[in-house]
Amino acid sequence: MATATGTAGSPDPAAPTPSTPIARPPATRPLGPDLVRAEWTKLRTVRSTWWALALTAAGMVVLGALFCARYGIGGISPADRASFDPAAWSLSGFFLAQLAVGVLGVLAVTSEYATGSIRATLAATPQRRAVLGAKAVVVGTSTLLVGVASSFAAFLVGQAILAHKGLQAHLGDPGVLRSVLGAGLYLAVLCLLALGLGTLVRSTVGATAVVVGLVFVLPGIVGALPSSWETAVIPYLPSDAGQALIGRTKFAPQGLHLLSPWAGFGVVCAYAAAALAAAAVILRRRDA
Amino acid sequence: MTIQTHQLTKRYGSVVAVDGLTFQVLPGRVTGFLGPNGAGKSTTMRLILGLDAPTAGTATVGGVAYRRLRRPLFQVGATLESSAVHPGRSAHAHLLALAQANAIPRRRVDEVLGLVGLDRVAGRPAGTFSLGMTQRLGVAAALLGDPGVLLLDEPVNGLDPEGVVWIRTLLRGLAAEGRTVLVSSHLMSEMAQTADQVIVIGRGRLIADTSVAELVRCGSGGHVRVRSPHGDRLAGLLRAQGATVQTNTDGTLLVRGADASAVGELAARHGIALHELVAQDASLEEAFMDLTRDAVDYQPPQTTRAGRAS
Repeated sequence: MATATGTAGSPDPAAPTPSTPIARPPATRPLGPDLVRAEWTKLRTVRSTWWALALTAAGMVVLGALFCARYGIGGISPADRASFDPAAWSLSGFFLAQLAVGVLGVLAVTSEYATGSIRATLAATPQRRAVLGAKAVVVGTSTLLVGVASSFAAFLVGQAILAHKGLQAHLGDPGVLRSVLGAGLYLAVLCLLALGLGTLVRSTVGATAVVVGLVFVLPGIVGALPSSWETAVIPYLPSDAGQALIGRTKFAPQGLHLLSPWAGFGVVCAYAAAALAAAAVILRRRDA
Repeated sequence: MTIQTHQLTKRYGSVVAVDGLTFQVLPGRVTGFLGPNGAGKSTTMRLILGLDAPTAGTATVGGVAYRRLRRPLFQVGATLESSAVHPGRSAHAHLLALAQANAIPRRRVDEVLGLVGLDRVAGRPAGTFSLGMTQRLGVAAALLGDPGVLLLDEPVNGLDPEGVVWIRTLLRGLAAEGRTVLVSSHLMSEMAQTADQVIVIGRGRLIADTSVAELVRCGSGGHVRVRSPHGDRLAGLLRAQGATVQTNTDGTLLVRGADASAVGELAARHGIALHELVAQDASLEEAFMDLTRDAVDYQPPQTTRAGRAS
């Protein structure tokens, strides 16, 4: 990286006192909205945020379209046709989007530890749980908005493709709206889980490994267990619990019953809540 | 507002980084916080800022533990050892986030950027800044809330001579306005030109808490350099008088425990010719070295006085 020297202006030799006194906010002014504003500034002013959000959208739309285009090539059996969930299938891009929102949630806090800016943050706001809360609001809202929007886009594009095969679903069909909103909701809560894990682990590489392990690797490992264990454990893994809400995507486990939609979402929320609660406790106790 | 520590102690496992520190930093003057690298200066500052929790003891600012402050940037501004800035974020965005967290108006961000001379590069990623510019960004962050207390950790590191003069003037100006200014450094000479008061620590313990002038007097004092064709004889005579004498390779003697007039009179009484007789006052740096000699963690073998003289 190029180092700039000599291009900075000269420091002002004048006294450092502000030209006009800075009004101190009243003690009753709540911290929350100010911290959310600050965290939003931090989130939007690093490039990785926009890459992660772009990857979320691209993963949902492009991957979803590809899976829809490839479905049924070489013929569809009547049994397949009966169990096919066109809405969920068009949302199969969530698989890649999970990685993007996971990295976004992790980076929101680990980049602060990596650069040392966590010290500036916590010196400016010693109320550490409030800082974590503001980060959760900001990354959660960002991924929810981008997640829901790209989920709708993926659904529309996917159904347009499936319509050629006479398989499309409509938003008004039972459970379809839940699927589409569910994908966005799941991604937002997964991002919060990643934020909690990032706060606990602090290192970007370590926390990303934990998220990838939990979401992508663990289902494969559990799949190697005896089938009675498999049926007992797999529905409760974050990715599969999330798919209970979205529906049978391309990545749904074969021949297994998933949880009911909202029970599945409840499980994902419980993971995120547990990670954030642990993070709040540790963040308060640990040296910055 | 006063910074106060009382029996402040921080242990990391079996390592005692700060060991029962009690001191006070008063407003209206620049207080230098001195010690060799690894003495515990940065740890102490982190404890004062509530970033690390003390193992024992307390640190307060204006009588309150930092962690109890709400929007602390209005009371305390600090620069921290590491750059503490995301390299991809612009200087302006970095300061804006800090300002927003403390409800400091946005215009103050531009103001402090101008104050430290970074206004023209405010939109550039902080990762492209030189060390000196990063230091100035840290100072800008510390000044955001126009605080009554400033803690600066090694602010002179990486600054060009112009920047050093600037920060010196700035610190003195801040103190003259009645603010409490604590500046850490491992360079005594730097503090001699900036600080009124110095707190010296070594291995986490308080070694001295005194004015700069007093510190020089506390030190071991100066020495006398003597050159004589009969150096060995003179050295023997001086040692008999209780002075410490070292012989340099070029034959000059370094005498401690006797001043120049005493050395000159002794030589005259014994008819020893002197080619050179120079009294040398202890520099502040020497006083500092004397104070912290036993407190340096990893001392290279050749830096003891006897070693240097041989």
